Amino acid sequence: MAKVSFEGVTKRFGETTAVDDLSLTVSDGELLVLLGSSGCGKTTALRMVAGLEQVSEGTVTIGERVVNDVDPKDRDVAMVFQSYALYPHLTVWKNIEFPLRQRGVDKEDRGDKVKRAAETLGLTPLLGRKPAQLSGGQRQRVALARAIVREPRVFLMDEPLSNLDAALRVQTRADIVELQARLATTTLYVTHDQVEAMTMGHRIAVMSEGKLQQVAPPEDLYARPANRFVAHFLGSPGMNLIEGMLVESGPPDAPAGVGVGSFGSGRGTLCVAFPGASVPLPLEVADRVRGAGPDVVLGLRPEAVHLSPDGVIAASVVIVELLGAETHVICTTETGTRLIVRQRASAAKPAIGEAVRIAVDPDPPAYHLFDVATGVRLGPA
Amino acid sequence: MTTVAAAVPGQPAEEAMAAQVAPEPRHGLRRRLRKEAALAYLLLLPALALFGVFSFYPFFRNFKLMLYQTPPVPGLPAHYVGLHQIWPTISSTQFTQSLLTTVIFVVFVVPISLVLGLALAVLAHRKLKGMAVYRIIFSSTVVSSVAVASVVFGTLLNPVVGLLPWLGLNPIPPALESTTWALPSVAIITIWQFLGLSFIIMSAGLSSVPDELIEAAQIDGANAWSRFWRMTVPLLSPTIFFALVVSTIYAMQAFGAVDILIGPQNTVRLHTNVLIYEIVNTLQIENNPGAAAIMATVLFLITLALTLLQLRFLERRVSYAR
Repeated sequence: MAKVSFEGVTKRFGETTAVDDLSLTVSDGELLVLLGSSGCGKTTALRMVAGLEQVSEGTVTIGERVVNDVDPKDRDVAMVFQSYALYPHLTVWKNIEFPLRQRGVDKEDRGDKVKRAAETLGLTPLLGRKPAQLSGGQRQRVALARAIVREPRVFLMDEPLSNLDAALRVQTRADIVELQARLATTTLYVTHDQVEAMTMGHRIAVMSEGKLQQVAPPEDLYARPANRFVAHFLGSPGMNLIEGMLVESGPPDAPAGVGVGSFGSGRGTLCVAFPGASVPLPLEVADRVRGAGPDVVLGLRPEAVHLSPDGVIAASVVIVELLGAETHVICTTETGTRLIVRQRASAAKPAIGEAVRIAVDPDPPAYHLFDVATGVRLGPA
Repeated sequence: MTTVAAAVPGQPAEEAMAAQVAPEPRHGLRRRLRKEAALAYLLLLPALALFGVFSFYPFFRNFKLMLYQTPPVPGLPAHYVGLHQIWPTISSTQFTQSLLTTVIFVVFVVPISLVLGLALAVLAHRKLKGMAVYRIIFSSTVVSSVAVASVVFGTLLNPVVGLLPWLGLNPIPPALESTTWALPSVAIITIWQFLGLSFIIMSAGLSSVPDELIEAAQIDGANAWSRFWRMTVPLLSPTIFFALVVSTIYAMQAFGAVDILIGPQNTVRLHTNVLIYEIVNTLQIENNPGAAAIMATVLFLITLALTLLQLRFLERRVSYAR
């Protein structure tokens, strides 16, 4: 077991920078998910740990050893590829045995280990088959078996579930989590699927355009996105983002210290104003962001807003999406900003084109404020 | 579409689609198909004519020639002998000697051109700057003609102006007049000529081996040597076998280099008397089309056997499908 760290790692392919100044540490035994859309540099980062890509700048460390110039075979890592990369001319047994053979493990020992790995992944009846005779799920398990068989210090997984059908993916997801917890092997897991990331990762590192955006446990990432990108990227649908201005409103002459419910302050209520609406901020939130801006982005998760006759935001309904358990009501404000309201399937469904009012939950965690220019989170912390 | 809908009347989608397509009268459909077929045959005609004149007719004519004997005196008509001249021809020293020479020639040419082709392909497969130039150079021998190659090599092997004295090697007797070196010299030219094709075939095979497999092997602890022998070569085996068959056929049909470099006056002629050369000789110098046709048929049967073997082997490729 070992920790893996990137220190100021940059990777360039000619003119393009695939990974830009990445600093990140995967703790010993942790399952860290690298999450991002395609081309964000997550796979390149993984391949640098494997030694399949040279590091342009910075250092990659496995355990205490800087591995920048270490050959892949000497890094003691195992990798599961998206395509599984099973050796087509070898049987399942020989595929699993291959890494042991290459490392000069003696024959008896090899047999024991192959049997144990095959048993762990339910592959025992398939050991004599060739990869072409296996289903997608079986191939995936062979790839996993080949990775665990030699007990490497680090597992590297590059979208290992993306070639499976939906039902099998859910099952295998749980299997991998269980396997990783049992073996307690440091794992770096690359995916573009946020559900996978949220359900599997001890921590998630979100990447975009080669840069690390935020690294945090799944619940923190969702509750306190560090910037606009993470806020919108995570969650399905993503967070509603509305550009507006921080303004003081309410009775300017109200006596100091006398609040107006949870939305008041001595200096009047702090609101995010945009054409057609002014959303008052709860006191806790207001205290944290006062003085920032004035141009801000207000972020509201679709589940933190609801349709209500006394809502503060006027909008009209564009589409109503029925998803079974819930409904997404997609609206636009008068300036054309798109807002998604997530409601229970049992709630009244508005008609398309209907004028509605959107109310915001009074809970402080419902509000997220970001800087317009930099996209950085202003609050609440 | 109408027939599909009729076959599965229970499927509403099919019915809906069938309803949208106006049902075509059966005789109208047949007429259209006939018209299409006529056009197809018309378009095939030029190719059929060419194959007919230059392949099929000579092919079948060859079998007929086998049955006739031409008298050694010119001007007399050939007479029918049936199968009687087949055994004397294929058991003649002239033929067996030629077949043996051809086998030696093939054994010399094929392994070397395959190994060199694979080695160059592996070298050129690396993602380095300027590799495209090397790829063009390596494959260029494909487009050079036998005549040009022979003249160039003939000059290089020339005892006075050639490469040997310059390298400090004794050029006497000249390689092309030495009973030891004449066949290897011709073989080297053939290897050189085939190298381009061998390189192209091997390169194509290499690029079909997924990078991920090699990377997986690398992570699994395989060094370059082991990756080559345990991954590249087994995955390339259908390609290698294909190249083996093609190069064997190519080598068995070698003629140009022998004809240009050795020639009928050369004293070492009998040491480089490969099969095609012998066939041409029998036909043109000895004026014996019957014997030449028999030898050509033997060559054809050997080639056919190799091709069938290749097809059988290709079936194994199925198990490699991922």
